[in-house]
Amino acid sequence: MKIAVCIKQVPATESKIKPAADGKDIDRTGLSFVVNPYDEFGVEEALKIKEQLGEGRITVISIGSDKTAEALRTCLAVGADQAIHIKDAALEGSDAHALARVLTAALQRENLDIIFFGKQAIDDDSGAVGIYVAEMMNLPHVSAINKLEILSDENRAVAHRQIEGGTEIIEVSLPAVFTCQKELNEPRYASLPGIMKAKQKPLSVLSLADLEIAPDSVGLDNAVITLDQLSPPPTRTAGTPLEGNAEEAVSELVRLLREEAKVL
Amino acid sequence: MGHILVFAEQRDGKLKRVALEALGAARQLAADAQVLAILIGEHTAALTQTLTARGADKVYLIDDAGFSHYSSEGYGRAVADIAKKEEATLILMGATALGKDLGPKVAAKLGGPFAGDCIALETDSEGKITATRPMYGGKIISTVKCRTATYQVATLRPNVFPVNDPDDTKESLVENIAPLPDLSSVKAVIKEVLASANTKVELTEADIIVSGGRGLKAPENFSIIEALADALGAAVGASRAAVDAGWKPHSYQVGLTGKTVSPSLYIACGVSGAIQHQAGMSSSKYIVAINKDPNAPIFKIANYGIVGDLFEIVPLLTEAVKKIKNE
Ligand SMILES: Cc1cc2nc3c(=O)[nH]c(=O)nc-3n(C[C@H](O)[C@H](O)[C@H](O)COP(=O)(O)OP(=O)(O)OC[C@H]3O[C@@H](n4cnc5c(N)ncnc54)[C@H](O)[C@@H]3O)c2cc1C
Ligand SMILES: Nc1ncnc2c1ncn2[C@@H]1O[C@H](COP(=O)(O)O)[C@@H](O)[C@H]1O
Repeated sequence: MKIAVCIKQVPATESKIKPAADGKDIDRTGLSFVVNPYDEFGVEEALKIKEQLGEGRITVISIGSDKTAEALRTCLAVGADQAIHIKDAALEGSDAHALARVLTAALQRENLDIIFFGKQAIDDDSGAVGIYVAEMMNLPHVSAINKLEILSDENRAVAHRQIEGGTEIIEVSLPAVFTCQKELNEPRYASLPGIMKAKQKPLSVLSLADLEIAPDSVGLDNAVITLDQLSPPPTRTAGTPLEGNAEEAVSELVRLLREEAKVL
Repeated sequence: MGHILVFAEQRDGKLKRVALEALGAARQLAADAQVLAILIGEHTAALTQTLTARGADKVYLIDDAGFSHYSSEGYGRAVADIAKKEEATLILMGATALGKDLGPKVAAKLGGPFAGDCIALETDSEGKITATRPMYGGKIISTVKCRTATYQVATLRPNVFPVNDPDDTKESLVENIAPLPDLSSVKAVIKEVLASANTKVELTEADIIVSGGRGLKAPENFSIIEALADALGAAVGASRAAVDAGWKPHSYQVGLTGKTVSPSLYIACGVSGAIQHQAGMSSSKYIVAINKDPNAPIFKIANYGIVGDLFEIVPLLTEAVKKIKNE
């Protein structure tokens, strides 16, 4: 079974995120970066499938700056077999379509059975790239899965996804794309020997030229959508706590909810 | 502005409220352009009148057993085909489990810009959209600009956009989609849908949410929260601490790694209001906090706060609400 996981390096979830002074990006000073948490579920699921089948090859792929190599090494340290780092100055400002085209070009060289994505990257919260790649590769996909079972003939899988008020159970033929949601598994941590071993594992760096993609088909100039302005969320101000004993406070609350908020 | 196509999501023969919100948003943006709806499913024909009354100039309909369940490929093709036929400027749908899958699928098929989970939309004179959407788990609000006025796709956060008042005098115009998109090549097929036992009102769609946290002390005490929710016709939510303790499944979790909600009223009981919890609920219109710790961060964002013991306050509130409802 050949499996790829597309990963993105993002600011750690507990980071304080503020817009930069010009409002065109976030203020990146002092931020620490991690593998997008939803992508970690993909890496873990790939490892589980490989362990379960007793064979397999796991490739992790990421588009990003030099620093992205750290995220790829982290995935090698938990057990992925090889990494592909796509890096090219021309990619700056690319939209999801361009990123998906680039990933597709890299993925198509690998003859894969399963491709994992996160359900969304926790920086842009977009949830588009995995579904775009599935469409571009003409593969079926199931998004936001929280359970996956590979059927014994290895040509099919059954995935679960949460919908409002229930769970959809979806059967899909392989090769297929899955985007991963929380609850799918518990990602493992890298062990010390794992970290040592990761240093020897292959990490190849590809440029747009290597993927035969024209630089003028990507980047900010060719984006159909661009980020315009970032601002902090509107601040809420604390209302005054309601006074009195429990009965008094509750009846004042009910009055306010009816007369002021008009929600009752 | 060219035509706007609204995907009118329904489940089990009921339109999602966010489908009507999308019609409301479309009507506001459309000016003199047409608002078209597309409705897909089985036994859906009866819903077309509602779509007309709420703002659709024309409804494209699939009422067919083969489409009773969602498939990204089947629904995606149907929506993309109509968008092309009508040269739609903008395609709108709710940011529901289905919309989060269908929106990118349609954008991928049409090559248009995609903006997910939008909380505001504006259009310029050429019909290009500027969308306001949260990023970084709500820590940032961004505006994104589309650079092309064709096939722009946006999903809308539920409970944000207003629904039009119904106009029941409007003549409905319905066109059955024919031929139907070919489903024989669909490779991801829903075999079964399991209804979850617990959800009377779905969190992300609820107008009122009552949520409980670690302050409840034990799983059985969620009955206090449920009693208030029942009295209000509200959905029940939970903090991550309550979910991690196994008191409620993950589908109840509100926050950064749970659901994002924006109800009219959010009542947090025994929830401290950690920044990750706030990420999921701070866009609620009104927030009520019930907590015994006056310094709990939840009070900083609450419109109304009661400092006190939830085991005393919440049942009193439930009784007071019941009394009003019986009046
Ligand atoms: C990466 C990451 C992601 C996270 N994602 C989420 C998320 O999606 N959602 C989420 O909720 N959290 C999330 N968290 C966890 C978050 O940081 C908090 O730990 C969590 O929200 C705390 O839950 P709580 O408010 O129920 O518990 P606590 O913080 O323990 O608060 C319990 C509150 O109950 C009050 N209380 C106790 N007894 C009573 C009583 N008798 N009457 C009234 N009040 C009482 C206490 O004063 C206290 O304020 C995340 C954390 C991380 C690191
Ligand atoms: N630069 C990138 N490199 C590799 N994979 C990515 C990149 N950006 C996004 N992805 C993948 O696509 C998923 C969805 O991202 P997004 O559409 O940005 O929310 C992520 O969880 C990753 O799996």
